Amino acid sequence: MEITKKETNGTLYINFEGELDENTAHFVKEKLSESVLTPEIKQVIFNLEKLEFMDSTGIGVLIGRYKKFSEKNVPIFILNPSKHVDKILKMTAIYQIMPKLN
Amino acid sequence: MNYINQMTLKFDSLSINEAFARSAVSAFCVGLNPTLDDIIDIKTAVSEAVTNCVVHAYPNKIGSIELWVGLTEDTIHISIKDEGVGIEDLKLAMEPFYTTKQGDERAGMGFTVMESFMDKVDVKNRDSGGLEVFMKKKITKKITKQGIINGC
Repeated sequence: MEITKKETNGTLYINFEGELDENTAHFVKEKLSESVLTPEIKQVIFNLEKLEFMDSTGIGVLIGRYKKFSEKNVPIFILNPSKHVDKILKMTAIYQIMPKLN
Repeated sequence: MNYINQMTLKFDSLSINEAFARSAVSAFCVGLNPTLDDIIDIKTAVSEAVTNCVVHAYPNKIGSIELWVGLTEDTIHISIKDEGVGIEDLKLAMEPFYTTKQGDERAGMGFTVMESFMDKVDVKNRDSGGLEVFMKKKITKKITKQGIINGC
């Protein structure tokens, strides 16, 4: 699992690459603590294009990030999930708290 | 039931084995020529069941997990067993968003995902202790060149 970040004009892009499950959840939580949010960042985009696999442990991690980031009033959006990741995100109603960008 | 092929694996309840378990099931099922969508659904359900064993079955220790897969002509049957603490209230545990680990960033969606991605999921506490999750899914076969030729 790899996490890379890039900030552009107040938007923090976070790229997920690999497989998000119980084994990699801890690493992702560590990489995505509140400390990634600087005052300049107005929104966060989770780019899931290269996230090959995710189960409900990953859903828990995403909900956890939502709780932390919303305390700082920074919204999260989802970009480019694979068909499989999209299915589990839809099923667990994640798009209600992290809208999917077209 | 007559299975055309079966396998059993036994491994430690370590989270690193989740990827191993789902990949092993996926590799074993290839012979049935399933679609990628079906394979990913099955991998996800296996990952959920194995995660439950890793996270909940053996508090503060490492135990063993037994994974069995049986193939019939068009259906994949899977059993995942542990020798851990079991689940006192199965009905409650299977409700969406229910988790015993509040504050641990857990979605409580494991059984819900298994039920959505598979055709049937049965969960029971074993007489000898621990839990067994049995699930099955009828697969859609990928259309192959050979299949088209044979079909004609």
